[in-house]
Amino acid sequence: MADENKPETPAAPPPAAKPAAVPQATTPAARPAPPKPPAASIPDLAGKTTTAASPGGAAAAKASTAAAKPAGAVRDPDDTSPLLTRRAWIGLSWGVFSAASAAALAATGRFMFPNVLNEPPQQFKAGFPNEYGMGVDERWKEKFGIWLVRTPEDYAQHVSGFYALISVCTHLGCTPNFLSAENKFKCPCHGSGFRTTGINFEGPAPRPLERARVALADDGQILVDKSRHFQYELGQWADPESFLKT
Amino acid sequence: MADTKTVAPKEGALERFWNWLTETQVWVSVFRHGRPTTDRNRVLVMLSNVFLHLHPVRIRKSGVKLRYTWCMGGLSFFLFLNLTFTGLLLMFYYRPTLEYAYTDIVGLREHVPLGIMREMHRWGAHAMVITVWLHMFRVFMTGSYKPPREFNWSVGVIMLVLTLLLSFTGYLLPWDQLAIWAITVGSNMARATPFLGHEGPGASLLRLGDVPLIHAADDARFALLGGTFVGEGALLRFYVLHCVGLPLGIAVLMAVHFWRVRKDGGISGPL
Repeated sequence: MADENKPETPAAPPPAAKPAAVPQATTPAARPAPPKPPAASIPDLAGKTTTAASPGGAAAAKASTAAAKPAGAVRDPDDTSPLLTRRAWIGLSWGVFSAASAAALAATGRFMFPNVLNEPPQQFKAGFPNEYGMGVDERWKEKFGIWLVRTPEDYAQHVSGFYALISVCTHLGCTPNFLSAENKFKCPCHGSGFRTTGINFEGPAPRPLERARVALADDGQILVDKSRHFQYELGQWADPESFLKT
Repeated sequence: MADTKTVAPKEGALERFWNWLTETQVWVSVFRHGRPTTDRNRVLVMLSNVFLHLHPVRIRKSGVKLRYTWCMGGLSFFLFLNLTFTGLLLMFYYRPTLEYAYTDIVGLREHVPLGIMREMHRWGAHAMVITVWLHMFRVFMTGSYKPPREFNWSVGVIMLVLTLLLSFTGYLLPWDQLAIWAITVGSNMARATPFLGHEGPGASLLRLGDVPLIHAADDARFALLGGTFVGEGALLRFYVLHCVGLPLGIAVLMAVHFWRVRKDGGISGPL
């Protein structure tokens, strides 16, 4: 820092006029002085990497000003000034390193989302409608996590047919049990109770059980699709995809 | 009078052996200083040992006063070392797969020699959570969070969170009903995260036209569990986090924490 200021004082005297009799006072005063004109700063620095006081310094300053401006402009073949200053090189390196690090971080984040899941398929065929009687059927609960319920008159759509209730308690996610004697679903974790329609009526569950999409497959079997959920409290049980009319 | 000559007593065999041993090349290269019987050697013990050099050479008398410090921080560290060691031993017999996880845990008690590692690990985990809370309470009650120690307090809070996360991830590994449902309940909180959870506020806003960017198979909970429910993906992920990821993090923070205690004026110093 001191080196920069020493040649500066004779070359560009600070605007605050200080007596030359106090050279020590001028050097610290030169620091808070207004900065050199910005256009000259980079070539100035380039000039100082040679020796500013030497005549070669001034020539180098002029040559690098010319070289710094247009990219790809023809350089004087005798020009030995650097293409980029040290500061520019290091800045470029830091920039590339930061970009590479950001990319690596993003890649690590993407890595955490698996592409392949060993989970039961979201859609499955549940057999023919004539294989089911009225009421709650538990045959798919363990494998696919749904109860298939046949009703003569649906709570939401008022027709007879099938709906699939997803066996996840809406309180905190445990699997309720179906108590056939009392005709209700009861969650063993905190005691949430649901009617066979799925409507919550006791315990801490805040909303009814969700329904999965049901449709008729091409071969006449019931197709259950868990990739779409229907929530009663959002009015989605009126959606025809949530109920299979028979 | 005849000159009295002082004759040194003849050294015993043990003393001669010791003198020889402590001058062998092997010994001198390992122990670079004499026994800590002089002040200089006492300083050198701390300075020349990588394990001890986080400690100061001297501490105040109040630093060992139990009524001031409760020693809960030290106990937490001791329990952490204990848990690391018992955990390492458990890793020799435990396989984090759906097929083997539960039976391996049972086997650690029934078949493995000295089959108390699982119990020691579990009790140690409970104890560490307790000592960590008591340590935090003591630091608060003695005002040891005030400047210049605020940064260290924050580091300590992060370590508290990591300790609780270590407990959370470790809880799943026995793969029994208690474990699966506890983690199901705990991880279901993640799906309600704003914007990053598929059931949280704002998630429906993040979509490209008709395609939702945040859904059950693509949200924060999915990344945590490696699946849409607590299954084999969750077991493996929690195992890796519990045994490698979180311990590395908390060890680094421990180094920072101990260093800062020393640099901020030592343990149990006056404010």
